Amino acid sequence: MGEPEKDWEQKNPVFVLETSKLGIWTFLATELLLFGALFTVYTIFRIKYPELFYAQHLRLNRIMGFANTIVLICSSLSVAIGIAGIRRGKAGVLKVALVVTLILGGAFLVIKGFEYKEHFERGEFPGTNIFFSLYYVMTAIHALHVVAGMSALAYCLIRTARGDFSTEYAVPVEISGIYWHFVDLIWIYLFPMLYLMG
Amino acid sequence: MKNYLNETRGLSSWIFTLDHKRIGIMYLCIILFFFLVGGVFGLLVRLELLRPNNWLMSSQTYNEMFTLHGVIMIFLFVIPIIPSALGNFFVPLLIGARDVAFPRLNLFSVWLFGAGVLVVIASFSHPIDTGWTFYTPYSARTAAAVTILVGGIFLMGMSTILTALNFIVTIHRLRAPGMTWFRLPLFIWGIYATSIINIIATPVVGMTFILLVAERIFGIGFFDPAKGGDPLLFQHFFWFYSHPAVYVMILPAMGIISEIIPVFSRKPIFGYKAIAYSSLAIAFSGFLVWGHHMFVAGMSNAADIFFSFFTFSVAVPTGIKVFNWIATMYKGSIHLDTPMIYALTFIFSFIIGGLTGPFLGALATDVPLHDTYFVVAHFHYTMMGGTVMGLFAGLHYWYPKMTGKMLNEKTAKVAWALVFVGFFVTFFNMFILGMRGMPRRWATYPPRFQTEHIISTVGSWILAAGIVIMFYNFIRCLKKGEKAPPNPWGGRTLEWQVPSPPPTENFSEIPVITDWPYSYPKREE
Repeated sequence: MGEPEKDWEQKNPVFVLETSKLGIWTFLATELLLFGALFTVYTIFRIKYPELFYAQHLRLNRIMGFANTIVLICSSLSVAIGIAGIRRGKAGVLKVALVVTLILGGAFLVIKGFEYKEHFERGEFPGTNIFFSLYYVMTAIHALHVVAGMSALAYCLIRTARGDFSTEYAVPVEISGIYWHFVDLIWIYLFPMLYLMG
Repeated sequence: MKNYLNETRGLSSWIFTLDHKRIGIMYLCIILFFFLVGGVFGLLVRLELLRPNNWLMSSQTYNEMFTLHGVIMIFLFVIPIIPSALGNFFVPLLIGARDVAFPRLNLFSVWLFGAGVLVVIASFSHPIDTGWTFYTPYSARTAAAVTILVGGIFLMGMSTILTALNFIVTIHRLRAPGMTWFRLPLFIWGIYATSIINIIATPVVGMTFILLVAERIFGIGFFDPAKGGDPLLFQHFFWFYSHPAVYVMILPAMGIISEIIPVFSRKPIFGYKAIAYSSLAIAFSGFLVWGHHMFVAGMSNAADIFFSFFTFSVAVPTGIKVFNWIATMYKGSIHLDTPMIYALTFIFSFIIGGLTGPFLGALATDVPLHDTYFVVAHFHYTMMGGTVMGLFAGLHYWYPKMTGKMLNEKTAKVAWALVFVGFFVTFFNMFILGMRGMPRRWATYPPRFQTEHIISTVGSWILAAGIVIMFYNFIRCLKKGEKAPPNPWGGRTLEWQVPSPPPTENFSEIPVITDWPYSYPKREE
């Protein structure tokens, strides 16, 4: 299509990686503010209704919440192992690690789905009270981010299978990895805030 | 000669382009179209106010008209126009880069914006009647298409965020060799400060809209007192974005003025660093003042005093800029071409808009002036008199570069005269109306206010005539305009060192920068 040469893309791979990293960190700043608004809502209503929050949070399933925390931490580990692998040129390690990460991400969503089902059966919906509204909004928006992260990692997996990545170039994996850690980290905050406040 | 306009042809070569210049032009066309649409709603609002009764439309229709005027002008015009349209075109050119850092992301942003526009249009089936601020609890209950509309605005917000991200990374990473931070043109500083605000503030209003939609669909109750929620929380969230958003609107316009004043005064800009830092200072203190929209909404006195104090502090960096522009012109060789005339109009009307700000930021005077036409006048003096005049200055300044054609100077000046007179006739007496107690957003009013309302409405016709002539000039000169030389105004920034219109790759060789862009020769004393 007669596009201009993007000559910085042909510059050294370190430049490309650093530029892309600045991009993803700026994006994470914006994501942090998105969740920041929710954390603010949480803080305000928890201060306003401490008894309600305490009584209602006992209705959450801590075992499934804890299981999900473990699942996500393991998925962060597997992404990290994959990136360490491709930095040493081992595309096979990256491929296996991405598959494991995607399975763990899927497991997180399935467990979350069972939790929702349990609450629905007990008649606890968004709008039941402020605590459950917050619980649903926070976890649903987080789950959307899990899906977004999984899509990015699935794209990386396809490209890994095509043999696009090497020691020199694995920018999409590095970027998606950083994003996945962020999604994990948000859950690390959500879990104690919602499940363990007693 | 090959340039970015004729290198490739056909619709798909535009829709799938990765060229920042074409993407900028696409934004420009979409957004200027909605400026005209928003303007028509504004004219209808003014027309209804010609008489004190509902002579033209019902009060409900009037609510829809002023809401559509506000929503379109704010979200589809003033916020995106300078960063997304002119910024996309000129940021890479001004810093000596071939494109933005992430061209594909840039294309994705313009698609997101287009999708957002379509969704917003879809919401016109049940026109929204909440005012552009969407205050709860009414916005959670009304039958109007609030959910669809804020969905569309959410998409446009994502587009804004991704564009801001692109600019920040571009400015950090792709400056030409030798282009240090203090050799950057001041327009770049304005865009940079704007982008930071967009990165930090836009996601908050995005979440606010998600919560508003969840309130409408699931009844989550965060903003509903009946369910233990708090409507003030919505206002805090909304203004945490929407106040910084006014600096998103004004900072890039100030950047344009900082480019134009030295070029048409043939003098180096006065106080470069002060102007650059004051952009960052405005961006920073803009985050500490949102509560001044809520002085009568029932905040605590301590919060009122805090927000009032920081509101005054915004006036300091703003004043620094104005003094620097005026000092730049002092003993300059001033050329009154149309861009410069609009720049002077900016300074003149922005001083009025700016100085009426502290009246509203002061607690004692805000109570009687709140929700009167004084606020309407102040807002239009900063936004129309400020941002839009700055935009017109920029459009006339850069038109030769973007199109390769010169504008007809005589027509442009006639248009300016009508815009200037129309603007002042429309909005100046709104200050007086407000002082006399005319509330804003009313479709009917006591007959004693009618004289001022008639003056305003007539002014809106003069203003509209000026804008029609200006757009006629823009469109006619695309074909009929004289061929533009590379540097018609004698500018020193990099965009003037390449042909008009620029070639697709911008620079045949990336320039090496050895000096700042305002090095006009010293005058012999």
